[in-house]
Amino acid sequence: MSKYILRRTFHSVPTLLGITIIIFIALRVMPGDPVSVMFGTQATTIRPEDRAKIEADLGLSAPLPVQYWKWLQDIGTGQFGKSFWRGDTVLQLIAQRGPLTVEIAVLAIVLSWVVGLPVGILSALRQNSLLDYIARFFTVLFLAIPGFWLGAMIVLVLLLWWDYAPPLGVVNLWQNPAQNLQIVWGPAVVLGLAVSAYIARMTRSSLLEIVREEYIRTARAKGLKEQAVIMKHALRNASLPIITLSGVLFGFLLSGTVVVEQAFNVPGLGKAMVEAFVTLDYVVIQNLVLLYSVVFIGINLLVDVSYAWLDPRIRYT
Amino acid sequence: MAQSSDVSMRPQMVFRPGVVALVQRELLGLATLIRRYPLGCAGAVLLAIVIFLALAAPLVTAYDPTQVQLRERKQTPSWAHPMGTDYEGRDILTRAIYGGRISLAVAVLSVLLGTTVGAFWGVASAYVGGRFDMHSQRLLEVFMSFPPLVLAMVLVVGIGAGLWAVVLAIGITRLPFGVRVARSVALSVKELAYVESARAIGASYWRVMLRYIAPQCLASYLVLATAQLGVAIVIEASLGFLGVGIPQPTPTWGNMMGGAVANVLIPHWPIVVFPGLTITIVVLAFNFFGDAVRDMFDPKLRGALG
Repeated sequence: MSKYILRRTFHSVPTLLGITIIIFIALRVMPGDPVSVMFGTQATTIRPEDRAKIEADLGLSAPLPVQYWKWLQDIGTGQFGKSFWRGDTVLQLIAQRGPLTVEIAVLAIVLSWVVGLPVGILSALRQNSLLDYIARFFTVLFLAIPGFWLGAMIVLVLLLWWDYAPPLGVVNLWQNPAQNLQIVWGPAVVLGLAVSAYIARMTRSSLLEIVREEYIRTARAKGLKEQAVIMKHALRNASLPIITLSGVLFGFLLSGTVVVEQAFNVPGLGKAMVEAFVTLDYVVIQNLVLLYSVVFIGINLLVDVSYAWLDPRIRYT
Repeated sequence: MAQSSDVSMRPQMVFRPGVVALVQRELLGLATLIRRYPLGCAGAVLLAIVIFLALAAPLVTAYDPTQVQLRERKQTPSWAHPMGTDYEGRDILTRAIYGGRISLAVAVLSVLLGTTVGAFWGVASAYVGGRFDMHSQRLLEVFMSFPPLVLAMVLVVGIGAGLWAVVLAIGITRLPFGVRVARSVALSVKELAYVESARAIGASYWRVMLRYIAPQCLASYLVLATAQLGVAIVIEASLGFLGVGIPQPTPTWGNMMGGAVANVLIPHWPIVVFPGLTITIVVLAFNFFGDAVRDMFDPKLRGALG
């Protein structure tokens, strides 16, 4: 097993290199001009020699392979380079903004399982009952509502009806739990509900398929309690497609943090990424996008490994 | 935030009567169709209305979508402005209708581009096999290692903001799904006797691929493409909302909301409520329509998925 994990980790090195190359090509090779963004409408008034000096300062005038090598070196030092416009390194940015985003993602995952699984199970066990219809109605609804809109609506309702706004700025859990939770609950709930809709739908369809199988009939025939049949026999097999789905959903969740943080104005890593995109802060963009991809790959590795644990038929060598 | 396509990724059935015959048979009885797929038909009707409004935008709207009217700014809904006006005094209903032109065009074009190129790539990858297949798979794995929206953002910034940049960027994020689905169908088809007989009578490489294998992927292609439309709408809207999509003043459903939330202490509520409501309804319609198409072409799954 550990051999398998090692091999998979090793296997993802070329993928990671490929990711850096795609990011680099998109940002540096294709047109796009951070200096013009920096000076906005006055960009045309910059003298060519000043522009050349600024570009040299930002490291944009070096040959492309040199720029790429510089980035790999920045990753190697663990500092990830310096932001174009801000004084700090990307590592400091991640350390400052990251905890909020991690908290949102973890809360959202927990919420999605706590809500999605029971809803899916109940919906499958009481197929075509009123409960099932209500559950499916909300599932379909939450599959369609864009997260940023739900987020913005919550912000709006709290503001207009209760005159309430969550505290601004970065407040970490260990500094002031009460304030911190006020910041993160909104994004976590929005993302958690969206993901739980997928999980509920998959749980329902997967469980409906499994309970028609022979071995479930056997389990019932030998007199097991219904609870044991479902919880111990059916759910274990039904959970495989849900686990597969979770890998994909994590990508959706990572994308979601970017939009939802913007909607709630939460200064997490996602919002930092949006700010970097709007100001074309290449160094920040390339490292944050890489970070998001690394996390995504890591989670998918975990998903694959958890297969073996759930399904003894699958053996990795 | 519907990424339902990522979910409905089961291999589709392969051995079917021709898709055209199937469509004809289904279309014979409109009443049957409505009875069997009530939600799908409702979705289709709604989409038809939205598409008509978008195409006929200048005829059905009374205002200019981009003209700034500072005297009319920040109005709440009234008879003159059913959805109110935005910070620049532009009628939100008008902008939503014009925005539909861009948002729908982006969704349809990007899905057509991504899924079609992906499907042909997948067929080629399966049929050619060998190193081409292996390298294709590795390359697509790289693209699938990005969270989709993040990849779209990087690509849009790389290509340069604008309609085609957004279409291309969203298309590329949809491409691997097309490859995967078409490849899995093509892999199972290419070993069949009729393909072998085609080769035996001397059909060329291209002819076998395009005339004998590709048509078998059509059902899966249609199912995938319709499922992707809602996803594409949401990605476009998210890009617009984040301010990295199609730039103002051109309205899209996403960028209408963009500045309304961030950087404003108390948002003007109609700007938040109506564009998002439009997106939700349209995505719902696309999902219902897509589910019906899936059920129609994939009887195995019929009724199994809620």
